Amino acid sequence: MERVPILKIGGVLLVSIQIDLHDQSVLALQEDLAERISATGAHGVVIDISAVEIVDSFIGRMFATIASISRLFDADTVVVGMRPAVAITLVELGLTLGGVRTALDLERGMRILRVLGQESGRIPAGDPTGLEWS
Amino acid sequence: MTASGPEELPIVSDEDVVRVRQAVRGYAQQVRLSLVDQTKLVTATSELARNTLVYGGGGSARIEVVTDNGREGIRASFQDEGPGIPDLTLALADGWSSGKGMGLGLSGARRLVDEFDLDTEVGRGTTVTVVKWKR
Repeated sequence: MERVPILKIGGVLLVSIQIDLHDQSVLALQEDLAERISATGAHGVVIDISAVEIVDSFIGRMFATIASISRLFDADTVVVGMRPAVAITLVELGLTLGGVRTALDLERGMRILRVLGQESGRIPAGDPTGLEWS
Repeated sequence: MTASGPEELPIVSDEDVVRVRQAVRGYAQQVRLSLVDQTKLVTATSELARNTLVYGGGGSARIEVVTDNGREGIRASFQDEGPGIPDLTLALADGWSSGKGMGLGLSGARRLVDEFDLDTEVGRGTTVTVVKWKR
């Protein structure tokens, strides 16, 4: 089974989905992420879906589940890079991704996580980028 | 309505759901559905193929190009010999789910396609057929 790699950039975990996800890889990713957040104490998770061609209800639920799991570890989740056709389809499918934060691209997603981390004091004042923090 | 190129694929594993999705995308590209319509059809396919696997206990998909008055489209059927759906109104209601997912599988898939036909019998199985026409 193909696994999705999880990269660490400072206090942020980056997941870039580059494969056509089947349900088992979705479940594996949820478990791997929980392990990594717990082990690293990351304050944020970015899920990049710019290469993802479809988001169905199962994958949509994964985003919500990852966001809930992250919250239990005091980490925020942002889904970035959604394709326009995927956005249109999600709305018609009736999937609201309730509670999952989204951003146009990786850069904006990282900025949101930095602001949230600073507001809550999880990123120390001496680390304005939030990237040195770990 | 004439049809060409029927292809039958098994749905007995997660990987099969991915394969059916990819095959439907191939057909959708062949008749040059718009990117949004391709995405809608492939997303509906994903929901329905997963239903066949999870609720129907596995089955098969049949994909073909159809034409009607010079207009082309893709027809995809998902067939299983599972327990069938006892309460269709309930199964087609938003937010209803008997298993994993967000309860949007059937009702959501129906909104994403142009034609939706559901044939089910308790104890016999379920066949869902959808069509997406090129605009």
